[in-house]
Amino acid sequence: MKAKFPTLLMAVYALFILCSLLFGYQPGKEIGENFISFVLSMLKILPGAFILIGLFEVWISREKVQKHLGEHSSFLSFLWVMLLAGTTVGGLYVAFPVAWTLYEKGARVHVVLAYVGFAAVCRIPMIVFEASFMGIKFTVVRLLVSVPLVLISSLLLGRYLTGKKWEMVSPGSS
Amino acid sequence: MIFYAVTALLLIVSFMADRKKTLKALKISWKKFSNIAPMFLVMLVLVSITLYLLPHELIREYLGEEDLMKGMGIAMLLGSIALMPGFIAFPLCGILREQGVPFMVISSFTTTLMMVGLISLPVEKAYFGMRTALIRNALGLLIALLVSIVTGLVFAEVVI
Repeated sequence: MKAKFPTLLMAVYALFILCSLLFGYQPGKEIGENFISFVLSMLKILPGAFILIGLFEVWISREKVQKHLGEHSSFLSFLWVMLLAGTTVGGLYVAFPVAWTLYEKGARVHVVLAYVGFAAVCRIPMIVFEASFMGIKFTVVRLLVSVPLVLISSLLLGRYLTGKKWEMVSPGSS
Repeated sequence: MIFYAVTALLLIVSFMADRKKTLKALKISWKKFSNIAPMFLVMLVLVSITLYLLPHELIREYLGEEDLMKGMGIAMLLGSIALMPGFIAFPLCGILREQGVPFMVISSFTTTLMMVGLISLPVEKAYFGMRTALIRNALGLLIALLVSIVTGLVFAEVVI
């Protein structure tokens, strides 16, 4: 998502806050105080979060993970697909093309579905942000509940679709 | 400040293991941060205005703890529709938390945001077909519901 920086809007805002401070306009002062307190609380957390994300990108390479996706055991392939999902950048929009690539390379339907599910709930940079802002307890609870459920639901849906001779569609053909 | 202790520890370990890689990691961190910073600023400006205009009572009424079901319903609807990157969503949720929005309601929003995509449904349909896409999203909604219920139990916001 690339949005253009609304320079004019920001300038008007800054001017408004400045004038409010100068002339003692109460609503403007309150908005300004809100803004400052938000910026301060973000600055407390953001540097750490971004350093963690940078370290993760350098130490875990996507290629390394992809090499292991051919594992025959279901358990191992789930594990590797989860790691692959962890390295996915961006949301579902990125996950679908990757899922298609997996499918094309012969990954089974439930593994493909698990990938899409994990890409939604286990992206590492997102988890770092979540834990930083909501606390580690919140994140652990969410992961402990959602990961097994994603696994079970992909297994069930995968079995159902395989029974129906379902096939994933090449996005180019539609 | 356990968070910074962990970050510092990992940074030191990484630096001892490979100086070059660590410097590269820091460069990536800085680049990502500076790419996102403008959008962040815009979000904080919008939130600072919105929170002033929306009285606390309104947030409390619709997302607060008085009617958790209502709050969760609204949060799930918003989460299913919205397209928002995590680096905007979670700071926003942090602010909402400070306004007294329960963890349960926040988790309804974030989990549907991650798992259910009504706006991205056309894209998903192109890969999976409409039927499978709908089943997948419905399962996502169900999982989100279970996640929020457990979250509510763990944070003692609901008691059985």
